[in-house]
Amino acid sequence: MRTTAVVIGAGQAGLAMSWSLAQRSIDHVVLERGEVANTWRSERWDSLTLLTPNWQSRLPGYGYEGDDPDGFRTMAETVEFIERYAARLSPPLRRHCPVTSVRRDGDGYRVVAEQGTWHCQAVVIATGAFNVAQVPKLSAEIPSGIAQLTTARYRNPQSLEPGGVMVVGAGASGAQIADEIHRSGRPVTLAVGEHVRAPRTYRGRDVQWWMDATGLNDERYDQVENLRRARALSSFQLAGYADRRNIDLNALTSIGVALVGRLAAVRDGKAQFSGSLRNLCELADLKQNRLLNTFDEWAAASDLSAAVDPAHRPEATRVEASPPLGLDFGRAGIRTIVWATGFRPDYSWLEVPVLDPKGHIRHDGGVVTDAPGLYVMGLPFLRRRKSSLIDGVGDDARDLSAHLASHLAASSAGR
Amino acid sequence: MATTPADKPVNNGVNVEALFGAQAALAQTPEAARFKWRSTVEWINGTHSRSTIEGFYGLGAEQKHKKPFTFEADHPEIFAAQDAAATPVEIVLAGLASCLTAGVAAVAQARKVQLRSVSATLEAGMDIRGILGVDEDVRNGFDGIKVTYKIDADASPADIKAIVAQSQKRSAVYDIITNPTNVTVEVA
Repeated sequence: MRTTAVVIGAGQAGLAMSWSLAQRSIDHVVLERGEVANTWRSERWDSLTLLTPNWQSRLPGYGYEGDDPDGFRTMAETVEFIERYAARLSPPLRRHCPVTSVRRDGDGYRVVAEQGTWHCQAVVIATGAFNVAQVPKLSAEIPSGIAQLTTARYRNPQSLEPGGVMVVGAGASGAQIADEIHRSGRPVTLAVGEHVRAPRTYRGRDVQWWMDATGLNDERYDQVENLRRARALSSFQLAGYADRRNIDLNALTSIGVALVGRLAAVRDGKAQFSGSLRNLCELADLKQNRLLNTFDEWAAASDLSAAVDPAHRPEATRVEASPPLGLDFGRAGIRTIVWATGFRPDYSWLEVPVLDPKGHIRHDGGVVTDAPGLYVMGLPFLRRRKSSLIDGVGDDARDLSAHLASHLAASSAGR
Repeated sequence: MATTPADKPVNNGVNVEALFGAQAALAQTPEAARFKWRSTVEWINGTHSRSTIEGFYGLGAEQKHKKPFTFEADHPEIFAAQDAAATPVEIVLAGLASCLTAGVAAVAQARKVQLRSVSATLEAGMDIRGILGVDEDVRNGFDGIKVTYKIDADASPADIKAIVAQSQKRSAVYDIITNPTNVTVEVA
């Protein structure tokens, strides 16, 4: 089959790109391995909600239409929201059509998928950044009687054995899971590596209201000081609960979660933790305060200081004087380990040599410069800080579809 | 971030351009980034010994310091020794202090913060019943290390704290001390 562009993945990014391509009358097909919003549908735990408020899911030609703009969607509601978007666009979509190979084909590409082979001028990879749960190598050293699962397989506390649980990783996922498991009566030990602390609400407004209003979410990839670092940062340590409570480390220790340093090694059935916990907490506190300073400065410069609540600074993270450096799994009664150690994308089907040694696509704001006509979307800080948010894919799709259109024009002129 | 006026160039004696250049170059050639650090030691007498450091390996080749450096170590008289030099654990503290302080200078330079003075005191607790074998439950090493910096610089207290925190994050000796390391000791 021939088409001009193939979009791989029908999540928010692929659908927004389909909308942008349709606006430009660029012939295309969207190939989806399962159902629309597949990852949201199948690889998330029961209580998860979006970390961004309802109003902030603005897709091209579509937005929130309900009566709770400040609430947070459940996964079922998120899937339904994206399904409705797909229904409205009615994109040229092939469901249950996993792609098995993408390779160069003349000056275009050949895409092999379950329902056929497409020859095209451009390919947009919108398969997301969260395909494969990452588990550190040292997981192989964990004693065999202890159950191990990743955030992709974790569903709810009730499905875990009774007894202690070690959650490894204190990003949004690790902190939320630690919170609910501990509340279920299974005592949690949380191994804390680098994390990004943020308050759910600041001066009476949601943190995402501030990120949006101050323009921080729109900050571009070519303006940020250290892009590599910005792309590697974990998500804000936040939850989208109805009571808007924080799930930072102070909130977790106040319900009894025990904090330990980064899980550094497992030896003779014992965990060893890094002695760097205090510094990692200090780094996160300082970073949070810099963020809040930015909000305050913006509010003052915008004459909004009186319109929002007074400024304050959250209490510094409480770390005990000598956090434990080791733990005997058996003696501590740990029955389960939950790895909340991040995800990586899966490009095993991509036969175009554009991956860096760490398996990430080399790209310039989503334009894969080593492979003209190849684009990627939906990755952290792809073009803007908001690129990995539902709210961010619209602007990226607009920019990248413009680039794609000029690529098509240039290659047809060159023929 | 910096509060230094733009007309006064910041100079902490660190060539950050060269460091950023190395960062970019080594991202492309990870094998050149593999270094080996070396030291030799000779026993003198009692607890007194002398270490010599001269060669190391890096950037794909054998490298040499400008000259050999020697470090003696001994134990104080209350350990029934001659006190000819500092104790090895004190030298560990010196290594940590030097590493963190070099980091402070480099991070400050990268953040365009002029340093005027930097000093620190280090203190490490130790229960010597561990090394004496009096109580098997007491570890040999430090039970904690406290580092206290005094820094005079053209920056706010929060920015100075951030420089010190970043220095810890990038410090080799801090990492060596805070994380486990496999040690293999053989007799040739």
